[in-house]
Amino acid sequence: MKPINQKAWWLVLPVFICVAFSAVLPLMTVVNYSVQDIISPDRRVFVGTEWFAAVMRDEELHSALWRQLSFSLAVLAVEIPLGIALALSMPARGWQASLVLVLVALSLLIPWNVVGTIWQIYGRADIGLLGAALAWLGVDYSYTGDATHAWITVLAMDVWHWTPLVALLCYAGLRSIPDAYYQAARIDGARRFAVFRYIQLPKLRGVLMIAVLLRFMDSFMIYTEPFVLTGGGPGNATTFLSQYLTQKAVGQFDLGPAAAFSLIYFLIILLLCFILYNWMQRVGTADREGAGHE
Amino acid sequence: MFAWMVWTTPVAVFFCCIALMLVGMTVWEIKSPTVLRKGFLPIATTRGDRLFIGLLTAAYINLGFVGLAGKLAEWLSLEQEPSIWISFAVSMAVLALILRRG
Repeated sequence: MKPINQKAWWLVLPVFICVAFSAVLPLMTVVNYSVQDIISPDRRVFVGTEWFAAVMRDEELHSALWRQLSFSLAVLAVEIPLGIALALSMPARGWQASLVLVLVALSLLIPWNVVGTIWQIYGRADIGLLGAALAWLGVDYSYTGDATHAWITVLAMDVWHWTPLVALLCYAGLRSIPDAYYQAARIDGARRFAVFRYIQLPKLRGVLMIAVLLRFMDSFMIYTEPFVLTGGGPGNATTFLSQYLTQKAVGQFDLGPAAAFSLIYFLIILLLCFILYNWMQRVGTADREGAGHE
Repeated sequence: MFAWMVWTTPVAVFFCCIALMLVGMTVWEIKSPTVLRKGFLPIATTRGDRLFIGLLTAAYINLGFVGLAGKLAEWLSLEQEPSIWISFAVSMAVLALILRRG
């Protein structure tokens, strides 16, 4: 096999220096925190892997992890198909395209904490449109009192906030497909679904990879919106990993366990990113190989 | 200057090893560029890929061991939890295996 030329990696050096300052040094500090019991800046005791053991055996952490994984998978299951559908139904050119693009992008411009506040008011039965409408329909809806309602509301809020990102990425991907493909499909008498399955979807692979990675990582680290909307409740129903971590680090000031937990969180994200990235790369290679054999 | 990082010797040793590994891999890469190949891992990998997968696996082995040490002591009726050095040795063996045959 031909050796791979890796000299271009030197070009990454400036970025590496920036990342070292903004990420590597703080990460090293977190590792130092995770092996010490810090009573005060001057009084600290080396405890080895004790915090890791405590965190790994923490039932609350296990629950928060499952909640987080379920939430992130639910986010992907709803936002990716919905984003693709939205992009497919958006006008391709003319003033309508510009108008729809602006309208679709609106929710992306709203800061996270404002999104939480909007949905907090929106869902209230006394003053919110959604809450009042559901009450009028006879639905006993309460995102503060019912765990399922809280879950659905947090999910709906994330879908409302972030599906436009998936839609815009897919829209850009769709616009980059040359007309020749559609002309060939028309000549072959391809149906709408066949055009989607064999032309649009394979051509969207790159942007979909970005969308899946971005949405998975972002939803895996979600904090502000559920914090503002439900405060992690009712009970612990919407306490996701980052909120649990904040409770430990800021609420209880347990810096050691919080640092150990951060590192475990980091390893989980690293593993999931690696699996997703390779899986997507493999899908692409299989597509190309399949096309080569035809 | 780096007092805010609350350094401890084991962590400093750990990061020195990682840094040496990266420098070593870079020198190795310059002397003899890597070849993409397929071993027992389900994907074709370069040398750097295998180091990354190996280190990640090593981290998970150690974490899993730390998490299960209490249960292990209970199952094997040990007086105290087994030493972390056992999982460290296992993880390094797995790292070497992945680098060599992955």
